[in-house]
Amino acid sequence: MTLIDLANPTRFLALTARVLPWLAAATVLLLAIGLYQAALAPDDYQQGATVKIMFIHVPNAWLSMFVWGVMSIASLGTLVWRHPLADVAAKAAAPIGAAFTFLALLTGSLWGRPMWGTYWEWDARLTSVLILFLMYLGLMALWRAVDDPSRAARAAAVLTLVGALNLPIIKFSVDWWNTLHQPASVMRMGGSALDKSFLIPLLVMAIAFTLLFVTLHLAAMRNEILRRRVRSLQMMQASRVAFSNEMGAGARGQNASKEIGAAG
Amino acid sequence: MMSLGPYASFIVTSYAAAALVVAILIGWIVLDYRNQTQRLRELDRSGITRRSGRSAMDAS
Repeated sequence: MTLIDLANPTRFLALTARVLPWLAAATVLLLAIGLYQAALAPDDYQQGATVKIMFIHVPNAWLSMFVWGVMSIASLGTLVWRHPLADVAAKAAAPIGAAFTFLALLTGSLWGRPMWGTYWEWDARLTSVLILFLMYLGLMALWRAVDDPSRAARAAAVLTLVGALNLPIIKFSVDWWNTLHQPASVMRMGGSALDKSFLIPLLVMAIAFTLLFVTLHLAAMRNEILRRRVRSLQMMQASRVAFSNEMGAGARGQNASKEIGAAG
Repeated sequence: MMSLGPYASFIVTSYAAAALVVAILIGWIVLDYRNQTQRLRELDRSGITRRSGRSAMDAS
């Protein structure tokens, strides 16, 4: 099945019905393995047990950017290729990305208090991620503000692509500026700085959260397709009612003129 | 029993918040699906069908 085949919403719905149970099961399994490994991971020699926050903070932080990346590709699909499901994908991803970004900020703050002595610092990494979170909320507000999904899609696509400029700023903020947040320790030149006892659970949790995103995203896309189907059917229903009212009014008008003619 | 040290409350709060937010996301998506399928069923019952002539619930 190619991307073109999936342009048919009915075919996409059939695919999600088949795939979603398997994806959900794989997500639950990997999350269980990841949480078990995270629980067994040793304490860090400096951070103690607070290093366990890393196993949920880092996957959420990765996903906060990854989801915006997915939305950016979907936005290109809307503006350039006009793929019928591109704006459905972008709209469905926004609340999920916002939730992951919120969790990255919250767990980062809860990790920062015991390690840095503060919940929040206006440094480049924290501030750029906060901006990302606000952009997610802005996009969701834009989708709700415009009634017609196809009109909202183009505006949201432009905003998403402009917002994508923030992704390299987030990624390289720890290198470009002097930040309280530590520099990259997993994806960096020269390999990961993490010991295997931390790295393996972290990667398992990252894959589990990515699968969680894929599962939730497909389910949310299915909901969005159904919502648009409801909308078009309701419009069809409204136009039928308006048409029958017009016909009724026309018939009454003709009868009235006949009565006037008969009376004359 | 796993020992979480003096900062146990920060660790437990982080995991609890993640679980809560993910649960809210799943709940919202499931409820939204039920809501949309119910609305489609009502439209189907009132005789409103898609231009293709297929049921509004087709492939959902």
